[in-house]
Amino acid sequence: MLDPRGPRFAAAVTTVVLILVLALGSGWLALAQAVVFALSAFTRFGPYGLVYRKLIAPRLAPPAEKEPAEPFRFAQTVGLVFALVAAGGYLLGAPIVGMVGAGFALAAAFLNAAFGLCVGCEVYLAYRRLAGRPLARRVAS
Amino acid sequence: MTGLMVAAGVLVAAAAFGLFRLRRDGRVRASSQPHFDFATLGVRPGRITLLQFSSAFCAPCRATSAVLRRVASTSEGVVHLEIDAESHLDAARALHIWRTPTTLIIDASGKVAGRASGTPTLAQVRASIGALHA
Repeated sequence: MLDPRGPRFAAAVTTVVLILVLALGSGWLALAQAVVFALSAFTRFGPYGLVYRKLIAPRLAPPAEKEPAEPFRFAQTVGLVFALVAAGGYLLGAPIVGMVGAGFALAAAFLNAAFGLCVGCEVYLAYRRLAGRPLARRVAS
Repeated sequence: MTGLMVAAGVLVAAAAFGLFRLRRDGRVRASSQPHFDFATLGVRPGRITLLQFSSAFCAPCRATSAVLRRVASTSEGVVHLEIDAESHLDAARALHIWRTPTTLIIDASGKVAGRASGTPTLAQVRASIGALHA
């Protein structure tokens, strides 16, 4: 379970990084952000989350509510894909591809930071509807 | 320079979308009557059912669930039923559900009285139920 302000903070930092990626056209920065996404998606040691937990959370009141980690991890995985597309595009000499990848990632990160909207989570059902067969039930009722 | 302009364009478009969403989320809207047998999802006639479609990767689904449970526990003849959309994709397709949470308000005769995408407030749900009782 996560303090919901942690992912919002991570999304805000990600937004700034992705603006820099676009402004500088930097594939290496996009790659660094991809590593951050991967760490947040697959481990408990996402750097932005660590900063929030160690430096910011102790100064705030405890959260009124906690939320499950799965949606956040799924969103970070979606972010990872876009960041890899961006890094690949810039580093392999296709800056338009780089901009498209970074642009989508920026839109998603900004919507999360500013509005608490999780684009990856919303697209998930649409993706499942188009892609496939029903899965076993994962929502407790 | 182009990169900065792309960034600015993305931020403006995303902000417009976010504001649109903020206004629309949770609002209970009228719905067409789908050809769908709600009994297959466990909806029983004779009471109002708040039928919520959720998915595993969905933080607002939990908030919605809390709101709807609260309404069900404080209103006579109202039940809350949460369905995992992913394990009922046929129902999601038949009912045109593209995102979670989406809540259908089903009246005692089994008709869809309204639907809301996103997390509704207590007041929004109660108002739509009040309209059914009246």
